[in-house]
Amino acid sequence: MGAISMEQGLFAAGVLFTLGLAGLLARRNVLFVLMSLEIMLNAAGLAFIAAGSRWMQPDSQIMFILILTLAAAEVAVGLALVLQLYHRYQSLDTDMLDSMKG
Amino acid sequence: MIEFAFYAAVGIAVLSTLLTVTSAHPVHALLYLIVSLLAAAVLFFLLGAPFAAMLEVIVYAGAIMVLFVFVVMMLNLGSTVVEHERQLIAPRAWAGPGVLSLLLFLEVALLITKGTPHPLADAEIGAKQTALALYGPYLLAVELASMLLLGGLVAAYHLGRRE
Repeated sequence: MGAISMEQGLFAAGVLFTLGLAGLLARRNVLFVLMSLEIMLNAAGLAFIAAGSRWMQPDSQIMFILILTLAAAEVAVGLALVLQLYHRYQSLDTDMLDSMKG
Repeated sequence: MIEFAFYAAVGIAVLSTLLTVTSAHPVHALLYLIVSLLAAAVLFFLLGAPFAAMLEVIVYAGAIMVLFVFVVMMLNLGSTVVEHERQLIAPRAWAGPGVLSLLLFLEVALLITKGTPHPLADAEIGAKQTALALYGPYLLAVELASMLLLGGLVAAYHLGRRE
């Protein structure tokens, strides 16, 4: 058994995930929403690494690689959408997007 | 005693994450977020996953956050840019990230001088073992990840165009 139990690692991941969730719900600026999503994805990766440390298997790092890939693709598409939003509304306030056409 | 490294890294990660979500300026928040990701990389190293720690620094903090910073710079947020420039140069804006980064650096220096490969885990799961699993049982996941990246590339190119 390592010096740090899996529960402590999972607790740290939980705290970070909660902070990201609070930021996601509280902020209106779309950049901060994307940053909070990154915080949550990183916290999920930390949970996987803590579990992999306990079971001594590389599967956790593989899952972390996949989470990283997902975060990269999501950030690319999300920031392209941010640019479109700013181009059309000259504002980064998500509350501006309150109606749909058609 | 070495467990103190774990608690210090967790404390720095939590504090910088808290400052990220409560910050008013996007660039300040991004700096705090980079510090939080570096603290998470230290946590990964302590838990015996050096490959994940390396990927976190290079890909997450080094590519994804840089993309964020580039887009924030591209947005060129109007007439408030000049005041924000002055705030960026003011030492008060650097106090927070500077203190947190200094604490993190002291911890990393301590770990380097100690030289223990995986201080807080039973075993180190290195790059070779991870790669053997990645290109063995998890080969399908690699192919799916590359398709996901291709989809993200096409979507970002299409959505980023100005008509």
